[in-house]
Amino acid sequence: MVTILYFARLREALGTGREELALPERVADLAGLRQALARRGGAWAEELGQGRRIRAAVNQDMASDDTSVRDGDEIAFFPPVTGG
Amino acid sequence: MTVRIQTEDFDAGAETAAIRKGNPAIGAVASFVGIVRDVNEGDRVSEMTLEHYPGMTEKSIANIVTEARQRWHVIDALVVHRVGVLRPTDQIVLVVVASGHRGHAFAACEFIMDYLKTQAPFWKKERAGGRTRWVDARASDDAAAERWRTPRD
Repeated sequence: MVTILYFARLREALGTGREELALPERVADLAGLRQALARRGGAWAEELGQGRRIRAAVNQDMASDDTSVRDGDEIAFFPPVTGG
Repeated sequence: MTVRIQTEDFDAGAETAAIRKGNPAIGAVASFVGIVRDVNEGDRVSEMTLEHYPGMTEKSIANIVTEARQRWHVIDALVVHRVGVLRPTDQIVLVVVASGHRGHAFAACEFIMDYLKTQAPFWKKERAGGRTRWVDARASDDAAAERWRTPRD
């Protein structure tokens, strides 16, 4: 299982801020996980589909498409940050 | 080094006094206070709500401060960032850098602020004209952080 967190616009659009998910087979990196989530359709496809500017973190470090994901990871998806 | 995320307001004078108290090696303290403005992209903003990623936000700011310490002579540094509901004229962020000399204090303070804007997980949602909207990231903030990529002393 992995924990997936969603923040800001994503959390509102997806209607959830957190879920526990068994990593789908063959999903080894962040890009694969994002594609698997986008295949849920609707808001998931809209927010996580290709072309959307989304940032992600794995275990609270900024991550990129090719960052690997493993059982037990805390993964987060969010829009580009706007603090300060 | 201190990093705090809080809903409460802060007292920049008291924080600055605390950071340099009793340390005769400190010759310069640079501080930056970010404040909520009443206008963004032409619309009058009545309030904003700041969201963060508990745990990662603190960690990423600590990493930014650590990088600043590797580039400049920093004796101590403090970052306080507020979250929750804020209104125009409210203070939102405080960065204080203590150093032996002003050049290092100024540079490290600006570096921390520029990186915080593009790297630390915070998101602003504004209320303007009776409607709410998530604030988009600015290209100018990316450019401000980008210029530090060339190491300098």
